[in-house]
Order: sequence, then C-alpha cells, then structure tokens
Amino acid sequence: MTTMQARSPDRAEQLATLRAILERHGRQPAKLIPILQAVQDEYRYLPEEVLSYVATALGLPPAHVYGVATFYAYFALEPKGKYVVRLCDGTACHVKNSLPILDALRDHLQVDEEHKTTADMQFTVETVACLGACGLAPVVMINGQVHSRMTPEAAVQLIEEIRKSEPAEA
Amino acid sequence: MVAKDVLTEAEPKIPHVAGRRIIVCAGTGCKANGSEAVYEAFLESIAAAGAQVAVEFKSEGGDGEVSVTRSGCQGVCSQAPLVTILPDTVLYMRVQPSDVEEIVAKTLVAGQVVERLLYHLPDTGAACRGAKDIPFLNRQTHVVLREVGYLDPENLQEYLRLGGYEAARKAFLQMTPEGICIEVAQSGLRGRGGGGFPTGRKWEAARQRPNVKKYVICNADEGDPGAFMNCSVMEGNPHSVIEGLLIAARAIGADEAYVYIRAEYPLAVKRMKQAVADAEAAGFLGDNVFGSGLRVHCELKEGAGAFVCGEETAMIASVEGQRGMPRPKPPFPAYSGLWGKPTVINNVETLAQVTRIIRDGPAVFRQVGTPTAPGTKTFSITGHVANTGLIEVPLGTTLGEVVYGIGGGVTDDAGRLSKDGFKAVQIGGPSGGCLTPDHVNLPLDYDALRGVGAMVGSGGLVVMNQQTCIVSIARFFLDFTQRESCGKCVLCREGTRQMLALLDDIIAGRADATTLPLLESLAHAVQKGSLCGLGKTAPNPVLSTLRHFRPEYEAHIVQKRCPAGRCKALRKITINETKCIGCGACLHKCPVNAISGEKKKPHRINLVACIKCGACAEACKFAAVEGV
Ligand SMILES: Cc1cc2nc3c(=O)[nH]c(=O)nc-3n(C[C@H](O)[C@H](O)[C@H](O)COP(=O)(O)O)c2cc1C
Ligand code: FES
Repeated sequence: MTTMQARSPDRAEQLATLRAILERHGRQPAKLIPILQAVQDEYRYLPEEVLSYVATALGLPPAHVYGVATFYAYFALEPKGKYVVRLCDGTACHVKNSLPILDALRDHLQVDEEHKTTADMQFTVETVACLGACGLAPVVMINGQVHSRMTPEAAVQLIEEIRKSEPAEA
Repeated sequence: MVAKDVLTEAEPKIPHVAGRRIIVCAGTGCKANGSEAVYEAFLESIAAAGAQVAVEFKSEGGDGEVSVTRSGCQGVCSQAPLVTILPDTVLYMRVQPSDVEEIVAKTLVAGQVVERLLYHLPDTGAACRGAKDIPFLNRQTHVVLREVGYLDPENLQEYLRLGGYEAARKAFLQMTPEGICIEVAQSGLRGRGGGGFPTGRKWEAARQRPNVKKYVICNADEGDPGAFMNCSVMEGNPHSVIEGLLIAARAIGADEAYVYIRAEYPLAVKRMKQAVADAEAAGFLGDNVFGSGLRVHCELKEGAGAFVCGEETAMIASVEGQRGMPRPKPPFPAYSGLWGKPTVINNVETLAQVTRIIRDGPAVFRQVGTPTAPGTKTFSITGHVANTGLIEVPLGTTLGEVVYGIGGGVTDDAGRLSKDGFKAVQIGGPSGGCLTPDHVNLPLDYDALRGVGAMVGSGGLVVMNQQTCIVSIARFFLDFTQRESCGKCVLCREGTRQMLALLDDIIAGRADATTLPLLESLAHAVQKGSLCGLGKTAPNPVLSTLRHFRPEYEAHIVQKRCPAGRCKALRKITINETKCIGCGACLHKCPVNAISGEKKKPHRINLVACIKCGACAEACKFAAVEGV
C-alpha cells in the first residue's frame, strides 16, 4: 500500500500496468499465478490493494487470491529491497558451509530471519533451496546473477561493491 | 565393460563444421564464473587474428553458423568456466578472458595445446587433453547428455541436423498411438522423476481413455535441493525435452501440453521458452504438427517456489491456479487429472529418454542398465567430493564407481583428497536416505536402493565427509520438508515439527533415554498418516541415518558429545594450562563471566555458564583455548 500512496501521481500509470497484465492473461482465473508473478515483478511485492483488485477483476473471492499468494514462497506481501540477495541453503551448499555466509550477510546488513529487508530498502536477504549451481557450492544469487564458491568475506564484499556503485542518495 | 562400448558409439557427431569450433560452456555454473566474458574474448581475439584463423572457420552448412558457440553444461562444473575445441577435442578449464589470446595463437593457429589449462589428474598430476582422457567424463555413459555440452541450445537448426524432431515426426506421421505406447513399454523405461513407474504403462492407461480432452505435463519443478540434472538438460538440450513431450502428446492423444518449470532456474526458463517459440515457428507445435492435421499447443508455467508442487496432483492444482495441495490417489492423473481430464505427467529426463527410444528403438535403450531398470540415469554429484558436477551412468552402476571412479574420491573440509574421509552419501534428496562406505558395491537402481531404505529419487547425490555431523544433516532435511509441508495432513504438519523439536533436543544436549524411541515412533506415524509422498517420505532421512549411524545419535544423547565436533552446544571448551600465560584477555572478553583465574596463572572455563560463543578463542593470542 505504502508504495502506491507514496507514488500517487503514478497511480494512474500503475493501474494501467495492472490492467495490461490482466488483459495479457485474458482475465482468466486459471491464470491467477502467472498474473500474480507479473504483478510481483512489477512492484517487487504484492500490495494488499492490488490483491483485492485482482480478485475483483477475475471474479474470485479475495480469500482465494490471498490463499494462493501466501502459499507460494515466491510471493511477498511486504516490499522487498532493490537488491534481492538469495543465499542458497540447498543440500550441496549446506554441506559446504553456507550458513556462516548467511550469518555474515545478516550481520553486515543488520537484518534477520523476520526482518529480511534493510531499513533503506536496498537489500533483502533470503534463503533458497538450490539454484542449480551445486557443483560450485556455496552460491549466492543477487538479482538473478549467480555468484559461486562464496565465503562470508566474499559475500560481504559483493554487498559493499553494490553499495559503492549506488548513487549516494539512493 | 558395456558402458565403454556405448560411449564410443555415442561419440557426439557435432562437427558439422569444416574448420574448428570453439564451444564455451554457458551453463549456470560456468556463467556464474564469467564464461560470457570468455565467449566475447574469443569473438574479439579471432577477429583480431584475422585471415590466419578465419580460413579455418568456413562452415559446411553455410547457413550463418558461427564457429564460436555456447553450450549447456560440459560436466566438470568444479573447474568452470570450460571451453571445448573441436575437432581437436581439447577441453580447457578455468579459462579466463586473459587466456583467450594464447589459446587462439597456440591451439587455433599453431595446433598446440595450452598445457596449464588442461585437466590434471589429482593423484599423478598428469595432464588430460580432452574428455576422453578424463576419468570423470570417460567413465560415464551419455544418452540424454550426449549432446549437452556440444550443442548450441539456442539453435534449432543445429538440433535438426543431429536428427532432432525425427522421432516426433515419425510418431506423428508413421506410428499409431498404440504403437508408440508399445515401444515405450518394450524399452522398459521407468520414470526418472523419483517413483520409477513404468512410463509405457502410464501412457497406455491414458491412451485407452475414450475420446476426451487430454493433457500432458512435463515436470520440470526439480525441487530436490542439491540436484540440478533436469536444469542442465533443459539448459543444454531443451528441444530433446519438447520433442519427448510431443511424442507423449501423440501417444495418449493430448492436444495441450504444459512445462511446469522451477522459477529458480532463470536460464533454463529462458532456453525452454525460446525452444517452444522456435518449435512453434517451425510447425512442430501448433495447429498442424508436422502437417499431420493434429494440434498440440505448449505453454510454459513457472513455479512459484513450493517444493510440494513437484508432486503430480499438487502440480495439477497449481496449473489450475490454486494452492498447490496434493489430493488422494486414486484416481490417478492418467484417469482424472488437469481439469478432471486424463493427464500424463512425466519428468524432464523421462521425456528426453523417450525421444531417444523412439529415434533409436527400444533395443538400443536396453543395451545398458539392468533388466528391471534399463537405460541410463543422470545424477548430480556434489558435496565433499573431488569432482562435483553432472553425470550420467547406466542404472545399476555401483556407488563406489560413482564416488571414487567418477567422483574422484572424498575430500576433507579444506578440499584435499582424504582416503578415509567417506562417511555417507545422501541419495534422493530430502525424501531419500543415506548410504555408507558399506554400500560401495551396491548397484544404484530402484529396487536395490529401496531394499536399504533409500531411493533413486531425482538423482541428487550429496557426498559427506567425516567432519559432517549426521544428526545435523538429518535435521537439515527434516527442516526442509517441514517448511515445505503444505499443511493439509496433521501428521505431516505437526508430526514433522515435533520430530524437529526432538532432533533439536539431541543437538542441544537436552535429550534423554526417551528421545530416540519417541522420535522413531513419531517417524512411523508420519509415514503412515500422510496423504502424499512429501509426508510419507519426510521421515526417511531420520530413519535411514538412525539405521546406519545410531551410535552417533547415542553419543549426542548419552555422552553429550558430537563425534564430528559440529554441534555447538555440545562443545567442551577448555583452556590448555600449559599454553595459558594468564594474560586475562579471554576473561575480559567472555560475555557471561564464565572464565576465572588469577593474573599470570592459567585460567579456567566454567562449562555450566559457558555459552560456547568462541569469543575467548578469538581473544587468545596463544591458541590456548581448545575445543571451539
Ligand atoms: C514431494 C514430492 C516432490 C516431487 N518432486 C518432483 C520433481 O521435482 N520432479 C519430478 O519429476 N517428479 C517429482 N515428484 C514425482 C512426481 O509426483 C511424479 O511421480 C513424476 O513427475 C512422474 O514422472 P515420471 O514417471 O516421469 O518420473 C515428486 C513427488 C513428491 C511426492
Ligand atoms: S544446493 Fe546450492 S546451488 Fe544447488
């Protein structure tokens, strides 16, 4: 919600995007999951009022839409940071000591299991089970880019490099 | 050995190029290690070398083929990025853009190899020129992976030149649906997605359903954490999967196909999307498949991060746009699946094998493997092993061959080969079980594994060394399934949670004589009281580690000791009196005042108060703190 209100001048534009997503999927209730995926790609999370909008548009009970949104790990009901850091804790990465990396990242960014996103909305730290690069374990994916053979120090350094590349007042 | 013969026969017949061809691996692993920059560097370097090299690069087909191409996984992920050069069949490893100029000058112009970029045998240090000399690769038998690593996955033309879509064309134009089902049944192919159900039987059941709408779904949701075989097949040869899906559609009379693919594999998603689009443009998918008048439409569905959606009935619910909750079977999807219609769901690898079976005939398929489990199977081998990566071997290959022969042996935590390091292998992911050094002669096939309380599952093999705590590993798997439980069945939802609490007790030193019996009876109850495979198999890692490593559990419970030294709460941190000079550094650092002692005299730790944080060890300049 916050996003939509904060950027209210863009509201009309956002509604248009939302409508375009719905049209692209023929407003079919069976396409609920792809629709929510497209919405999340757009907003980086699923704002509550968007869920209600989608429910009405598809003629589904809001509870159904909410149920689907909460079932799948991919969907977030809270805004995520600009950079989504996904630490792999699949078996291969786990046995190669992925957890110390998670601790280092969380420590460095001052986030934890419950509060995954930094206060400045730059970083979200999540875990994921396997990114398909197990041969190079342990791995971290940052916004779709896979980084292999990580150590706690290297992971923290990656974050610092991103920080430096960001304009100061981001 | 049979395997070897097939390998020679199966030489990839890629070089449709008169000159040389440079194949840069563009699998997930190599890409993560900068293979894209290597690819660019080759293009630049070759352009710069000019006519000298360009003469060599005339291609036979002449249809805009470039001689520097990308491929799917070349197998030796641990040495990424990889570059293969044909027809020399040189395989270079850990190639950096800065090496490219040298490769062009030496290998392409002068025809020599760059020694330092070759694979060196870990034991003798001898250099291996190419795939044929590397034990990791030459001990395998490639069928579904045959062209993965050579083929340009984004180029339909290349797939066609290698005989691609011939099997599907034959299925649509020359074979009857019944005939296809018979051939697949004759091959003895069993599902590669975990269950091992005979594919021919499943298809025949769906085929016999009278004139109704039917669906086929490719299960590309590879959820087993630590397994990436399906991912690599889709990244390396996406059309072979689509072709198998087309054949399945023809065999049962379906006109709609779905590929349900895991969203955590962005590269596989991209390549499959493009493959579907290219196949549509070529008329292999659409309203008139191969001019047969039959229609098959194919749509990609990206998963949304729920492990249970790999289970077929949950997948159907997910495709329908619902929460991915499994439902009871029967009715099986082959009778009543998507939207209540007959639906066949097959794993990625099953479908890629089908393509081969229809192309080469069932007899060729049966040449390797065992009578009850013919053919090959891909495994991903990871963890504490010298060669990690993707492998394909005949079913029935022994565990020892995989871990030592192909994997090159077990490594310690620092990555060095360790002779007695082998502790266990987890096979089949969180639903599977563990195997031990006692099983090195066990053939890896469906029935033999079931006999020892494990399963082939998807084919993830995670090797663990002696420094791994088996109780923590069991907890890791259970934690995974517990979080992924959809919550429908009470025993799966609550039972796994209670099992987890018991394991936490063991790890934290709170367990007593009642803990193990309770854990076991709960495990059996969860197996019995769950509807789908997720709950039924969730206790497997606990039960199988208990079966093989009971003394390790007991050490945690009775002696409050973790034999691998991994469980923090069971650590006994002590100060070595001969090393301690009594400087007091640790005493000041200890957050709970557990350390006492006079200045210049050896200090002591009160183990009851100690929280095992390790701050004392960090503070000590004399390495006097031990057991951290
Ligand atoms: C919890 C659970 C997860 C599963 N995950 C997968 C999976 O990721 N990929 C897969 O092919 N099959 C998976 N299966 C097995 C499928 O239900 C189904 O048996 C399989 O897709 C059938 O294809 P096949 O006959 O070609 O093996 C899973 C089963 C269960 C119970
Ligand atoms: S387990 Fe981490 S990439 Fe597979």
